[in-house]
Amino acid sequence: MSTYVGDAANAPKFQTAAKALVNDTQVRHNVRHATSVIRQKRAKVVGEMADWEQLRESGHEIKQHVMRHLDFYLDQFEKTCTAAGGQVHWARDADEANSIIVGLVKAQQAKEVIKVKTMTSDEIRLNAALEAAGITPYETDLADLIVQLGEDKPSHIVVPALHRNRMEIRRIFLDKMNLPELSDTPEDLAAAARVYLREKFLRVPVAISGANFAIAETGSVCVVESEGNGRMCVSLPRVLISLIGIEKVIPTFQDLEVYLQTLPRSATGERMNPYNSIWTGITPDDGPQEFHVVLLDNGRTKVLADREARETLDCIRCGACLNACPVYRQTGGHAYGSVYGGPIGAILTPQLQSMAHSQTLPYASSLCGACYEVCPVKINIPEILVHLRNTVVERGDAPFVEKMAMKAAAYVLESPEHLARARKFGRMAQSPFAKNGVISHLPGGLDAWTAVRDLPAIPEESFREWWLKREREAG
Amino acid sequence: MNSARDEILERIRDATGGATEGRQAEYAAIPRNYQRAGTLDVAGKLELFVDRLDDYGATVYHAREHDVAACVAEALRARGKASLLVPRDLPRAWLPEGFNFFREGPSYHEVDASEGVLTDCAVAIASTGTIVLRHSAGEARRALSLIPDYHLCVVFAAQVVETVPQGIEQMKAFVHIPITTIAGPSATADIEMTRVKGVHGPRALDVILA
Repeated sequence: MSTYVGDAANAPKFQTAAKALVNDTQVRHNVRHATSVIRQKRAKVVGEMADWEQLRESGHEIKQHVMRHLDFYLDQFEKTCTAAGGQVHWARDADEANSIIVGLVKAQQAKEVIKVKTMTSDEIRLNAALEAAGITPYETDLADLIVQLGEDKPSHIVVPALHRNRMEIRRIFLDKMNLPELSDTPEDLAAAARVYLREKFLRVPVAISGANFAIAETGSVCVVESEGNGRMCVSLPRVLISLIGIEKVIPTFQDLEVYLQTLPRSATGERMNPYNSIWTGITPDDGPQEFHVVLLDNGRTKVLADREARETLDCIRCGACLNACPVYRQTGGHAYGSVYGGPIGAILTPQLQSMAHSQTLPYASSLCGACYEVCPVKINIPEILVHLRNTVVERGDAPFVEKMAMKAAAYVLESPEHLARARKFGRMAQSPFAKNGVISHLPGGLDAWTAVRDLPAIPEESFREWWLKREREAG
Repeated sequence: MNSARDEILERIRDATGGATEGRQAEYAAIPRNYQRAGTLDVAGKLELFVDRLDDYGATVYHAREHDVAACVAEALRARGKASLLVPRDLPRAWLPEGFNFFREGPSYHEVDASEGVLTDCAVAIASTGTIVLRHSAGEARRALSLIPDYHLCVVFAAQVVETVPQGIEQMKAFVHIPITTIAGPSATADIEMTRVKGVHGPRALDVILA
């Protein structure tokens, strides 16, 4: 049994991965274009809401309340869902969730499953587990299909293939769907996906979904989507399995009135997404006649235990922080080495792994605060980033140069005498590097700083020195 | 007892301190200062609803004196269709002469081969152009309004509310029946953020406002 987040434990440092990616002009262009379009659409539909701040506030407060009483609401959800005919399973970690789901599919003697976009399934590497058991998973969200057929990784939590352009998608579809010809217009590419998946929707007997919301009061599950693949998966097959992170539970059906306003506007810039499916257990003569929920911990209770970072779990996965982030917009999602990229990924990924991996992610930010500003549930991502940086340092995992620099700074700033001596020494030491009052290149490990910015040189005379001189002269 | 269940709940109680007291009062005290009630009169509300449907590219037919059948005929002629699937309990009076209507019941593949589907709805939300289907009686099981490529939906003016909270309030009454909310035709922007109408759900949605 083990807790993991995709392949994040084996991913290179953010800085290393980012360096390579910012040189890929095609990816940068694709990411910039896509995020710019969503940002504009979001700004327009958020701007028309006079009560946006009140909705954010309520969304935040509801989630904070849930986290304080998570045991109660999960227990209540289990009871109501079970009473409606659902079967609830609990998984401590990724391995356990995979083995439950593989077991459920095998019990149906099914060799194939259809999947609705679920980042949580990428988190637990469900597709690999299914394939290892001889079961073929078909991703049905268009972007997920592009990622799956392209043997690629998702780069955005809402639009996972946003790093691909139409020419690349055309090539992938031509190759993997065995099509004689195909244009690269989005209409034709979407139509190709429709034909490719339609026969699977009508035939495959088991579906796997995630969930946007699990409602404790009623035992209902809500899936938010645009294409109709979600509706297909939750209403056509004989058996439905929903993999749900324990943080996705909300107290009442009425709480949807907040999130169904903030989520679509934040995620895709729509007043309402084309489709929401809400179902409660099993309905005779309509849809799946066997319904399983797998409630997943996989590190979430560790996040819950950290009071200063707990609100990470409030996330409703809208992706607005990715689109707003100046770092994400330069590097794209792959630099984060996790299925969860961007600002939310930078705080979620290391925490889910008990801060033992992905320690460079809290540094993948300029702390500009754009993510906090757009977050529909007001997660203070910059504050949590700083908190996690502190955790990294306390664990002794900070980079050597940074540790030495911080130690030196602590000594220098300890007393006025230390500072005066350091200034004198600094003036001598900087002379080979300073030019016109600016240092543009430092030696050794310090060049990481000056590679992208100038450092003001220590002036010939400091304020303190000037003041002392003035006092003496006044005499 | 499921040990994973107990262990997860235990981890949660360790993390939160297991606070149980005052939960209900705490929930009731959550601030909800967002807009709940509508501000428009009936005409303004319907105008907003139609504007939102236009925005999604749905064609809206206005039924005169509740003559739904005439609108159904008009919509079918405009789309060049000769037949539609209809739910079991859909009023016969809505079905015009000169077209074929099949009552629900066929297999998925037969539904897939159909020209489209005609349903009613339970609630509609003007501010977001959302139509709410309660999957029973006149809205049929979920497959029927999903698999066909064309969905023609009848919305009565009295079913239209202005705000999302008002819509959710109505939906509470039938939460144990599967619910689908629809805001325009199936769509994707997964390719270069270019909006494409119609991926897996109906590629065309028309609305009869009666």
